[in-house]
Amino acid sequence: MTQTPDEIRGRRQWPLPKLADPAAPLLEVRDLKTHFRLERGWVRAVDGVSFSLADGEALGLAGESGCGKTTTALSLVRLLPSNGRIRGGSVELFGIDLVPKSERAMQRYRWREISIVFQGAMNALNPVIRVADQIAEPIRHRLGQSDTAAKRRAAELLDLVGIPRKRLGAYPHELSGGMRQRAMIAMALACDPAIVIGDEPTTALDVMVQAQILLLLEQLRRDLGLSLILITHDLSVIAETCDRVLIMYAGKVAEEGPVERVFREPRHPYTRKLLGAFPNIHADRRTLEVIPGQPPDLLDPPTGCRFAPRCPFVMPVCSEVDPPEVRFDDGVRVACHLFPSSDEVSGASPATPTAAGEDAA
Amino acid sequence: MSLRYLARRLASAAITILLIVILNFVLFRMMPGSPERILLGRIPNVSGEVVAATRERWGLDKPLFPDQFVAYLAATAQGDLGFSYGARGRPVTDVLLQKLGPTLLLFGLGELIAIVLGLALGAYSGWRRGGVLDHLGNGLSLILYSTPYFLLGMALLLIFATGLGWFPTFGIDTVGRVYSGPLDQIADIGFHLALPLATVALGLVGQYSILMRSSIVETLSEDYITTARAKGLTEGRVLRTHAIPNALLPAVTLIAINLGYVVAGAITVEVVFNWPGLGTLTVDALSSRDFPVLQGVFLLLSVGVVLANLVADLTYGILDPRVRT
Repeated sequence: MTQTPDEIRGRRQWPLPKLADPAAPLLEVRDLKTHFRLERGWVRAVDGVSFSLADGEALGLAGESGCGKTTTALSLVRLLPSNGRIRGGSVELFGIDLVPKSERAMQRYRWREISIVFQGAMNALNPVIRVADQIAEPIRHRLGQSDTAAKRRAAELLDLVGIPRKRLGAYPHELSGGMRQRAMIAMALACDPAIVIGDEPTTALDVMVQAQILLLLEQLRRDLGLSLILITHDLSVIAETCDRVLIMYAGKVAEEGPVERVFREPRHPYTRKLLGAFPNIHADRRTLEVIPGQPPDLLDPPTGCRFAPRCPFVMPVCSEVDPPEVRFDDGVRVACHLFPSSDEVSGASPATPTAAGEDAA
Repeated sequence: MSLRYLARRLASAAITILLIVILNFVLFRMMPGSPERILLGRIPNVSGEVVAATRERWGLDKPLFPDQFVAYLAATAQGDLGFSYGARGRPVTDVLLQKLGPTLLLFGLGELIAIVLGLALGAYSGWRRGGVLDHLGNGLSLILYSTPYFLLGMALLLIFATGLGWFPTFGIDTVGRVYSGPLDQIADIGFHLALPLATVALGLVGQYSILMRSSIVETLSEDYITTARAKGLTEGRVLRTHAIPNALLPAVTLIAINLGYVVAGAITVEVVFNWPGLGTLTVDALSSRDFPVLQGVFLLLSVGVVLANLVADLTYGILDPRVRT
């Protein structure tokens, strides 16, 4: 990174929201609980997730499909399906809790503060509107700029993401998959947001294009000082682009910490399984181990650790007590009974855990 | 829209019309009975010479192909559809044109009202799915959709014309009335138009509303709607600029198909209200075996269907950039 957090916040083109606390961290999510209502009860898709994001930082959210990573990200701007509810916790942006905001008030934060690059831009772009107009739309309607100014800015953004000028009038179906994803990124940058969420932004693309898009994101992050939340099941993508990684399992945080620490020394058995037996993340992904079993039914999750039924190191305590989060010296936190939150931790772990409490809480 | 798309649509419409013209010729020549018998039908004890003379006069002595066929094609191309057997030998084109006006007035206006109301109601109830208006509108739409025109027409007639006496029972204007001015005449026609127009509009509004509702519901679940919401646009904007333009696409097709069937629907409504349009004309021509008029009606109807589809294709081309090539 070439910019300090202060520079990044000073870079903002628009004033902070009125209620913002300039000293507060960019994003602080505490004990977030997002559940989906079904006839049989609530599906606890996200069940007590906490994390924070600093200015200019890139956080990767990883885990199996259905582990709640997309729900976590969409909860930040409350873009949930109609049966989804945030039933607890807080999402503080510049110290402002977004959870109790009305839908109307929430709209103010969407795209201007937190924008999203969706997976599969073919479906995420409106097929009957020109791409440039879709990019200009939030500039006109959210920033209140004139039509011509918005169009000009849209053209600049397309330039920035490497779409030739002559494609300005193109419709989504006239662009290639990579181009569409670039356009989607340009759109996400339209209102100069504080945070960009990438929801599997490269999943639908072929490997070459994937690399190009990741390079573009990396470059934009460096140049614009973007704060990024990257959702992906591809751990190598996180290894290349992110500062920190948050591994989720069945709606809870399994492990979180600096990318190089987590990938070098995975502590949670789930993380170890995800990474396979390889100490080097750049190794061939195809040799990833298969984790036997399936994630639990979140309608009625088992008591204790949710990974216990599939865990090779399962102990009696695992199926009875929720594992507390333990924070290590190297910035990694883990929720696993292998790492008790007291001082009598075995020397097997390379770093000794400190108190269970988090510094932010 | 590309010129190629336009040219292709126009060419396919032209070819279809030509095929219809040919089919129309074949169909009426295949009908049982011979034209001269109908022409001379009312005169008893016709001698062989008279029949022969009639055949010669109407060109029926010449072979069907190529002579009669070529003559038919040439005349049709010039807008000459022959003469009516019934209406004192008036040209069929004149008869059709005279009846076209009232039908276009009734169904054009009826379609317009049904389209605007139906699409608006459907869009709203789809947007507010599960709301009060959705339940009411959906129920009402289903009832209207499944009610045939003539039943709806007769119900309206019984209630508002015969029962309450608010509206006249038949015709397009008051017979024998002298108008004080054009406004007076328009008012009188409007008065007569009210019930048949209500029948047409109510009969169509249900299906448009049901279609638009399901189309909106489906569109709202699309990813680009989530994108639009993520942009922080107001719900109204999301609906207007993102959901409705996409949801309209299937509606356009249905409306075009319906436009083609205007006269099919016209027959029952017009007969119920004795509206002097193409519908009553068709029934009259059928019962008096006025084949030239029927042939003309058939041609007009099928050309109408083709043109409606052409309009649908072109509208689709404007609404959806994906089909323009």
